Amino acid sequence: MTAPLRIGFIPLVDAAALIVAVDKGFTAAEGLEVELVREVSWSNVRDKLNIGLFDAAHLLAPVAIASSLGLGHVKVPIAAPFNLGVNGNAITVSPALYAALMEEIDGDRFDPLATAKALAKVVSKRRKAGADPLTFGMTFPFSTHNYQLRFWMAAAGVDPDEDVRLVVLPPPYMVDSLKSGHVDAFCVGAPWNSIAVDLGIGHILHFVSDILVHAAEKVLAVRQTWADKNPDVVAALTRAASKAAEFIEHAENRTEAARILAQPERIGVDAEVIQRTLDGRLKISPDGTFRESGRYLLVGREGAGRPDPVQAAWLYAQMVRWGQAPLTPDGVKTAKAVFRPDLYDAALGRHQPAEAPAPFGAFAGPAFDPDDISGHLEAFEVGRWKA
Amino acid sequence: MSAEQSPKIVIVDESPIRAAILEEGLREAGFTQIVHISEMQSLLARIYAVDPDIILIDLENPSRDVLEAMFQVSRAVRRPIAMFVDQSDSSSIQASVEAGVSAYIVDGLKKERIKPILDLCVSRFNAFAKLQEELERTKSQLEDRKVIEKAKGILMRVKSLNEDEAYVLMRSTAMREKKKIGEIAQSIITASEMLK
Repeated sequence: MTAPLRIGFIPLVDAAALIVAVDKGFTAAEGLEVELVREVSWSNVRDKLNIGLFDAAHLLAPVAIASSLGLGHVKVPIAAPFNLGVNGNAITVSPALYAALMEEIDGDRFDPLATAKALAKVVSKRRKAGADPLTFGMTFPFSTHNYQLRFWMAAAGVDPDEDVRLVVLPPPYMVDSLKSGHVDAFCVGAPWNSIAVDLGIGHILHFVSDILVHAAEKVLAVRQTWADKNPDVVAALTRAASKAAEFIEHAENRTEAARILAQPERIGVDAEVIQRTLDGRLKISPDGTFRESGRYLLVGREGAGRPDPVQAAWLYAQMVRWGQAPLTPDGVKTAKAVFRPDLYDAALGRHQPAEAPAPFGAFAGPAFDPDDISGHLEAFEVGRWKA
Repeated sequence: MSAEQSPKIVIVDESPIRAAILEEGLREAGFTQIVHISEMQSLLARIYAVDPDIILIDLENPSRDVLEAMFQVSRAVRRPIAMFVDQSDSSSIQASVEAGVSAYIVDGLKKERIKPILDLCVSRFNAFAKLQEELERTKSQLEDRKVIEKAKGILMRVKSLNEDEAYVLMRSTAMREKKKIGEIAQSIITASEMLK
């Protein structure tokens, strides 16, 4: 037995498979000793993983890709043998913005194109009135939240860099910032949307699954060099995470899983709030309205655990669209190489994917083609990218 | 070092004591332009207003992620770069992360000028951590003393002992049971409350 593995995580519900793997003994059953380390920022998780203070980490999928590409930081190639979560984010707006959107909306309140068009009208009215632009909080420059907010509003012609302000906020500060009026809306993972609703200061406008049916969110990340040197440990860790994900997806285990996650040294919020996320049944308005979705957060089901390089290519395309990365053939290759279905298959002894990867199901634009990113991006009017 | 040459340093830290310790060290080392920011709400606006050459931030501060956004803002005139950009100096990176401090450096500042600042931060952060540990220890010792006094009073009353006898009884019990005297005192208090 070697030294225990140190694995970093951010207290969010999509760390569920990792936390349950350790606390329910799935890692121990694989012969692994693991110390989970709770962190306060994605920058810390990334840096500690990069310099070897962590062996593995719960990481935003785009941060893993940015690290492999050397964007905004040092270049450290990352490998993701397991996808910890698919979807799971939501857009929450202040009561005032909610009322303004509902006044302008023409169509279904849950249709993202209808809400985006309503947002465009609110934005233009505010501009005419000389009001400050609306401010949206998101978690990190290289985050699904950033790209999901942008994808949504840009579909109705709202330029996220010109028409509104997008600011980075640490998830634990989101709710306070909405309350103080520092932001008008935010896109974040669980449990923060529910907490804002429970406090009566926010309405959940969209589950991210309204915008993209199947979007890779967090990955289990290791350094590529470490993965090469420790293939058995990577396989054991992947199996443990996969078993934990399976455990969580059984409805009869949800209460226990939520209790494990609620521990103060893990996520540290009410088990009931966590269970809402796992069950996909969320209170969306302070008046007590609930909304149920089978796609809110996928932990392992529908093949969510198997990393899909096409998802990595889509995230890279968003970096290109918003001017964070140049479009190069090498860039696409590097991004795709972060998501490692081969490691997943090897760990679980599978030679074929159990299910075909789910399509994105984006509400706007053409179907995504990872082999023609420039063609795909040309279909979108708003963007920082120039061919 | 003249004021023109001294780089502008921003310290982002919610702990006023640690920030003061750091600032004092930097001033002693001849750095004259230092701004401390403890308010996180308008962090970026403040940093842009100061326009620093170096930003020092506590790793336990979630606002590190906010700073990362600066690398993305293309409209900003001066773009800071991360300290970790230079991979050649991995030992000082490791030392700073372990000490709990991170530095962001605006592009163009020479490496020789950064190293002493970082080294100083690391040693000051470590000194602060030690100080805090001592403070915690003193606090718990003080707490222990209060508990021991209270337990002593109970023993004196219930067993009609004088002060010294009560203390000796607790100490010998602690030694026999291989426990701290504070723990024994706490169990006496708990037991006496249960028997009320």
